[in-house]
Amino acid sequence: MTATLLRREPPDSAGASPRKLTERVFRIRESGIIVVLALFVAVTAGIQHRFVSETNIQFVLVNTTIFALLALGETMVVVSRNVDLSVGSVLGMSAYLSADLFGGHHGIPIPVVFIVGLGIGLGWGMVNGLLVAAGRVPSLVVTLATLYIIRGIDILIVGGGMVTANTLPGSFTGIPKATVLGIPYLAIAVAVVIAVGAYYLRSFRSGRELYAIGSNPEAARLAGLPIGRRTLTAFAVSGAIAGIGGVLWAAQYGTVDSTAGTGYELTVITAVVVGGVAIFGGSGSVVGAALGALLLATINSALYVLGISDFWDSAIAGFLLILAITIDRVISVRLTAALRLRSTRRAT
Amino acid sequence: MPPDADVALGGPGLSGLRARVPWAFRWEAGLALIVVIIGIAATAASPDFLTSNNLFNLGLSNGEIAIMALPMTLIIISGEIDLSVSSTLAMSSCLLGYLWARHWPMIAIFVVIALVGVAAGALNGLLVTRVGLPSLAVTIGTLTLYAGIAEILLGPNTVSNFPSAYTNLGVNAVPFTGNSITYSTAIFVVLAVIFGVVLHATPAGRSIFAMGASPEAALFAGIRVKRIKTMLFIVSGLICAFAGVLYTFRLSTAVANNGAGLELDVIAIVLVGGVSIFGGQGSIPGVVLGVLAFAGIQNALLLTNFNQEASGVVAGGLLLLSVFGRNAGSYARRLREWVQP
Repeated sequence: MTATLLRREPPDSAGASPRKLTERVFRIRESGIIVVLALFVAVTAGIQHRFVSETNIQFVLVNTTIFALLALGETMVVVSRNVDLSVGSVLGMSAYLSADLFGGHHGIPIPVVFIVGLGIGLGWGMVNGLLVAAGRVPSLVVTLATLYIIRGIDILIVGGGMVTANTLPGSFTGIPKATVLGIPYLAIAVAVVIAVGAYYLRSFRSGRELYAIGSNPEAARLAGLPIGRRTLTAFAVSGAIAGIGGVLWAAQYGTVDSTAGTGYELTVITAVVVGGVAIFGGSGSVVGAALGALLLATINSALYVLGISDFWDSAIAGFLLILAITIDRVISVRLTAALRLRSTRRAT
Repeated sequence: MPPDADVALGGPGLSGLRARVPWAFRWEAGLALIVVIIGIAATAASPDFLTSNNLFNLGLSNGEIAIMALPMTLIIISGEIDLSVSSTLAMSSCLLGYLWARHWPMIAIFVVIALVGVAAGALNGLLVTRVGLPSLAVTIGTLTLYAGIAEILLGPNTVSNFPSAYTNLGVNAVPFTGNSITYSTAIFVVLAVIFGVVLHATPAGRSIFAMGASPEAALFAGIRVKRIKTMLFIVSGLICAFAGVLYTFRLSTAVANNGAGLELDVIAIVLVGGVSIFGGQGSIPGVVLGVLAFAGIQNALLLTNFNQEASGVVAGGLLLLSVFGRNAGSYARRLREWVQP
């Protein structure tokens, strides 16, 4: 029975159980992005050498950090079959309020500013999570509403004002510029955070439960999983990360008005979906999502370096997203067929 | 529900009342009340609210959003979503500017824009129905793709030398209406009637509800789910392309970021109008009320010198109210079960 199957499969899958087959496809999914990424870098570098210069690589990495961070939080929400549309607004409010601290309190320690940003984000994340979990209403609607509300409150607070770079201490605006061995500190820190997030979602019970809830909410409920608490946690983490992202945004751009982070939610979701996270939950990885963010930032920079107008940027990102989900769909249809074939052969 | 209704019916209790006047418990009834309250509050706050000039401006600034909300209603009831509406609007606007700058005759431009709108909708529809992808992901992709095409067409340029015969359509009133009805308002009213009849009084409309409530059951009942959904996306693309023309003529400007972010306004209006995000529930009269509530709030805040940019606080609050208000019954039940198990 297995022998007949072996002939239909490529040789490297000999003896693979269905579980291993699934794992293999997920590995392929991430290596797929890496291949596209490598292709992009190789072609661009072939045409224009300064694309792989130290300055440009640093530039791309720093540009990726905020989106990769946001993608981590968004992944936690999306795998549990929810979505957080409010991240852009949370980032904007946190960016303004945290940067404004420097003007109001001279000599305020930078970690305190980060904690304030995190607190703002965590607070809004809890609000989202409580509304979704306790109110039992779809997260798409709740976070669409909080997207408006948070941005509106931000506009009321900021008014027509803005924080300018000269009110920020150099040690703060220097954070994105600091490097060790040519690699930005920030990129290393974010990579560590993403590694921790990936490990949590992969190996912790509560992390796995997020996938279970997203894969089949009804089955998860019947199995006694604490759906409300897990949902709350996912939104709280996503909010807190957006809060931190806001502080980093302020450090990177220096000038903060009430429009900071507008529209980021769609870019982040694009990165997450390009990275292989299923929009209706249950599958995908943090590493994939972060690679998705890196790919988008790389394309952006490649267009710039090649002298192609960056007006092509979003058309390419949109095309890439559609391509990614189409390929995912084809793979998953093939995979389901293969698994079904295998199980019927086992049964007979 | 009027507060004295309970007394008038001899206090039969909430469930008895619900059986007798079911319409009073529909979300649309509550929303109508909200619209009336907004109207009264706005009139009290500013004597300018109920002037024909102001109502004209109100219609002017919300026309395109209102028009795009109609196909969105049908799509959400059918169980899908279309986030690409504002990008389709932008793409159409930029195409108009691009071709006009190249001295195309206006009629030919309109034909091209209509075809592009149909193609944009067809791409969404085919990816969703034939490839089997979730519409949320597909239309986030095409949202970015179509906005990108708009940017490629015009880049950082703006085109604003449209002939005044056309741009007047965007800012003038329909003749014989006492200077209070804009063309976009009139078009919205006509389209709302057409969409309302199709949705509520034709077999096609019933099948849209059916496929939203249960796609499998609809399929087994012989409804051509894929074909109808594709048609809905095509209609949405066409109408959004048309909205793009209106938008361009109203502002006399074609620029790549025209309409950016409007998709969220459109969806918020539809949801406030009582359409369920899960599909299968909703009505065109509800969405028309949703448009009135949304436009009324924005306008009232403008008149009272509230920071207009921040009107999202109120709009978002209304959106939350709409979704929690409809769940009120189940909250009350859960509370009762919790108090006396």
